[in-house]
Amino acid sequence: MLCAETLSVRRGPCTVLAGIDLQLRDGEVLGVLGPNGAGKSTLLAALSGDLPAAQGQVSLDQRPLASWPGPARAQRLAVLAQSSSLEFAFTVEQVVGMGRLPHSSGRQADQRIVTAALQAADAQHLSGRNYLALSGGERQRVHLARVLAQVWPGGVGQILLLDEPTSMLDPLHQHSILQAVRDFAGRGAAVLVILHDLNLAARYCDRLLLLQEGRPYLLGSPAEVLAPAPLRAVFGLDVLVQGHPERDHPLIIIR
Amino acid sequence: MTPTLSARVLLGALSLLLLLALWLALALGPVRLPLLETLQALWQLAGWPAADGEVSQAALIVGQIRLPRALLGLCVGAVLALSGVAMQGLFRNPLADPGLIGVSSGAALGAALALVGGAAFGGLPSALAPYLLSACAFAGGLGVTTLVYRLGRRDGQTSVATMLLAGIALTALAGAAIGLFTYLADDATLRTLTFWNLGSLNGASYARLWPLLLVTAAVALWLPRRAQALNALLLGESEARHLGFAVERLKRELVFCTALGVGAAVAAAGMIGFIGLVVPHLVRLLVGPDHRLLLPAAALTGASLLLLADLLARLLLAPAELPIGIVTALLGAPFFIYLLLRGRH
Repeated sequence: MLCAETLSVRRGPCTVLAGIDLQLRDGEVLGVLGPNGAGKSTLLAALSGDLPAAQGQVSLDQRPLASWPGPARAQRLAVLAQSSSLEFAFTVEQVVGMGRLPHSSGRQADQRIVTAALQAADAQHLSGRNYLALSGGERQRVHLARVLAQVWPGGVGQILLLDEPTSMLDPLHQHSILQAVRDFAGRGAAVLVILHDLNLAARYCDRLLLLQEGRPYLLGSPAEVLAPAPLRAVFGLDVLVQGHPERDHPLIIIR
Repeated sequence: MTPTLSARVLLGALSLLLLLALWLALALGPVRLPLLETLQALWQLAGWPAADGEVSQAALIVGQIRLPRALLGLCVGAVLALSGVAMQGLFRNPLADPGLIGVSSGAALGAALALVGGAAFGGLPSALAPYLLSACAFAGGLGVTTLVYRLGRRDGQTSVATMLLAGIALTALAGAAIGLFTYLADDATLRTLTFWNLGSLNGASYARLWPLLLVTAAVALWLPRRAQALNALLLGESEARHLGFAVERLKRELVFCTALGVGAAVAAAGMIGFIGLVVPHLVRLLVGPDHRLLLPAAALTGASLLLLADLLARLLLAPAELPIGIVTALLGAPFFIYLLLRGRH
């Protein structure tokens, strides 16, 4: 289990994140919401070990994350960044196959997993293509397949941290990708996902963390967090919240 | 993962190309040697004397002149190409050059210092001159690269972008210092300095070959062990870290490897441009960006191309000899422009 205790992070002289107490539970999708600059990506960087903690600590299975050997950590924890800077003409399979580098599961098993991960990210039709020839949304799905392959099949103890995985996707793929992530959690993995779309968060997350200026404003169920008062306080948005007519989660309408 | 069939075919073809280039380098020159005689000469050099017990003229030519020169060219080409791959991986940019981190200019500065400083003290002792020159060039390359690396470090992290800018600044600074030495140099020193800056395999000897051979072997054995880490690094530094690789150590190793390789190559043969830039690029077009295949293919191609360029340098204006740096630049620069234009479409 990935845990943050009284975590705070500094960039230069500024404390950009403080007072984070968080546990990523097995089988749960935790959504992180907040305005631009609220510290969402900083939180993800701290949880993945990219940024050191100024105070508090991040631990994986009660052991400080920093003391984990690289490959062992990589077998448990996969991270999808907001954007990728890959500028080399790998094939789609080669990119997804890099997710298997921390493992030594053998070529055949790796190939099966790469195919399955591409399928989960709805990108199997891209296989064999040159990565550089893909559109932004297609690249995003290929990278999602790569991080899924890294912790495939997503059992108990596996952790996925996703920074805005739907930012470049069309509406259909926003849903199919988050459904794939949901299925991943259904097999026991813990998922943290940064989202901007409140209704996507309402539909696919079990718990939501609302960040404001680097501090946790509210951590709770979608029904608690996606309410008019906290949304007005954090986003300055005037919203109407109703029950979804067909499903059991809130529906947020901007007034 | 084992190389696929087509990968094996390609590496086989490149090995054949290298053998061909090696044979041409041994056979062609003022005295042309037929293939059979060249092979006999190598046979004699390997310790099997001819039937009549005499050392043939061919064996003398091959053994004393052409073989050390060919092996030197082979090592220089291979190590420059490998360093180019390492730098393009480190900077995650297919147009990066080993010169970016200041190795070449540092080595040139070291050489200028040795030549002009030596001349000021009444000339370097002639027996030691080549060694002193090489040692100074090597030390200069390593020194400037270390400085660039230090400037790029902050809070225990190496910023590749800062390193790039520091490399540009120190290259300019080294250029100014070399200019100053050039201004101070007398005519004879100036001529040596100029030729050295253009690069040449002239003056190849076994004594000059051994250090470079060792460095080339070390680089060629070590870099492929980091092929997967280099692949992951192309995704981005934090992505490579998330895949479990020790990125800071990898970057340090890549810088050190390049400083060592390019430093030794420049020390042995002067400044030879474009091999480190164009060869990895060209090979990537053939085999794709996977370093497991790219590294050996680039080493073979770099060695072959440098041997062929040296052949041109020796033969074009025979009996005079062109500096090889001119040949590689004449061939490399238009090719590079072609790549730039091609990339635009």
